[in-house]
Amino acid sequence: MSSSNYSQADRFAFRTTPVPESFPARPNRSAETTAQPPLLQVEGLRKVYGGLEAVAGVDLSLPFGRITGLIGPNGAGKTTLLNVISNVERPTAGRVLLQGEDISALPQYRLAERGMVRTFQISRELGQLTVLENLLLARPRQTGEKLIGVFGRAGRVRREEEAGIEAARAVLLKVNLWRLADAPAAALSGGQKKLLELSRALMLSPRLVLLDEPAAGVAPAMEQVLIDTIRGLATEGVDFLIVEHDLDVVASLCSHVFVMAGGRILTQGTFAQISGDSRVVEAYLGLKA
Amino acid sequence: MTGYFVAILTFVSLAVLLGFALNIQWGQAGMINFGLAGFYGVGAYTAAILSKQGVDGVSATVAAIVTTAAISALVSLATIKLREDYLAITTLAFSESVRLVLMNETWLTGGTNGIRDIPRPFVDLVGGERYELFFLAACIVLVAAVYFLLDSVIRSPFGRALRAVREDDVVAATLGKDVLALRVKAFAIGGAVIGLAGALHAFYFTYIDPGEFAGFVTVYAFMSVIVGGKGSNRGLVMGACTVMILLEGTRFLKDFVPFFTAQQAASLRLIMIGTGLILVLIFRPSGLSSEYRLSSPKTADTTS
Repeated sequence: MSSSNYSQADRFAFRTTPVPESFPARPNRSAETTAQPPLLQVEGLRKVYGGLEAVAGVDLSLPFGRITGLIGPNGAGKTTLLNVISNVERPTAGRVLLQGEDISALPQYRLAERGMVRTFQISRELGQLTVLENLLLARPRQTGEKLIGVFGRAGRVRREEEAGIEAARAVLLKVNLWRLADAPAAALSGGQKKLLELSRALMLSPRLVLLDEPAAGVAPAMEQVLIDTIRGLATEGVDFLIVEHDLDVVASLCSHVFVMAGGRILTQGTFAQISGDSRVVEAYLGLKA
Repeated sequence: MTGYFVAILTFVSLAVLLGFALNIQWGQAGMINFGLAGFYGVGAYTAAILSKQGVDGVSATVAAIVTTAAISALVSLATIKLREDYLAITTLAFSESVRLVLMNETWLTGGTNGIRDIPRPFVDLVGGERYELFFLAACIVLVAAVYFLLDSVIRSPFGRALRAVREDDVVAATLGKDVLALRVKAFAIGGAVIGLAGALHAFYFTYIDPGEFAGFVTVYAFMSVIVGGKGSNRGLVMGACTVMILLEGTRFLKDFVPFFTAQQAASLRLIMIGTGLILVLIFRPSGLSSEYRLSSPKTADTTS
């Protein structure tokens, strides 16, 4: 199977579980100007650790239908921002709205059912579970995760598992991990773990995926698979917010880029706009020159 | 000698049940229960006190199971705000509290004198010398039933979610798993099994006192799980047998090495138990058997 050339059937394979009804359909481009709330809105978000203000008042808004980049020098607060948005950490102040709903006070596990899922900068695979089990775990609303389902609805649990294995297989084949389906996730290479994390997130049929440095440690050949996978998913209505240091990846994927420095949003725009901005060059790109 | 064998096998059955419980709490969900002996005491005393009040054996056993499961759920809830390592300390403290309550609440528990003449269930039907054998058979049937129930739990998506919580609770939560609910359920399931074992203990010995529910019970259960292979119930049965053989077999030590004093033989016995455990860990570091893992249905076209 060619990795960079998706057929319609291949693309569909990522969506073997139906999108829950609570997720609104992807709006048309022309409808984006209507009153519908943005997919994700962050208002006045602050996160203080002791005396350090890691996120110092961030406002940002992600409209539907975008792959958004979040870049900035080390220590700019990108990962902290992602942690607060995904409720891994509580904000000191401010709030996060997902499709207009304030999610800052929700328990972390409730975010997945609202269509938001994240990956981690340093891969957090579930090491003693197999690659396949990592993916099966992520399926939402499993009958077999309730004890009453395990004993009372065994047939239904079995059918769900079979459907889950088929869905997981389609995803794993695409990132070339199916041959390792029965291996414990701990045995994967760093790049493979990154792909596993993305694949696992996809099993939730998410609306918005937060990726923390998805390309870090991924081999160049696999990086292209990763980019193609993300792009393919975007055309199916999955939006991404990507923290990434590899600016080639950002340039090729992201239609809109936020630049963070010192816990604040420095500027935003298309990659061409921000890469020509002298402040960005000074704060970030300048470090490389 | 047959009587001795029956007794040993009954002990092994109880040890296996405790191991099963620890295996779901610690092996699957990663929750360390250093207070297992305390929960065991709750089960045994619940069954004993109710039986003494004239409640029939089956109902008393069910009550012991429910009470121990409920208390387990409460104890695990107490650690919501604490890091998971603190569960180990909390459970240890719980176990000590149970022991102190059992020793001091004389009106209920008989204090250090314990409870004697606990009525045995079905003793009218199977009286006399065959009762021990009947009791062993009942224990084995219950062990088998618990094995199959827990096995379905471990192989289910629920079991998978427990292992995910054990591996990384933050990831499990970002994937939509209610970590707290899963932990409470795992601890309660384990508690139910400990409660069953406690009730059987009370009925088998017909006499219980607080000293029987001390730390060594917990240690033996951990040894069974470590030797058998954390997370595997099949391994656990082997592990519990191995530990019991070590514990009981070394009792005969003094018969074979007559030049030791009784005290020296007793010390040597502990050394041998420790050495046996270390040897198992050197040669089978992950235990005798490994954890359940789903294997995918491989088909011809998957080699691409």
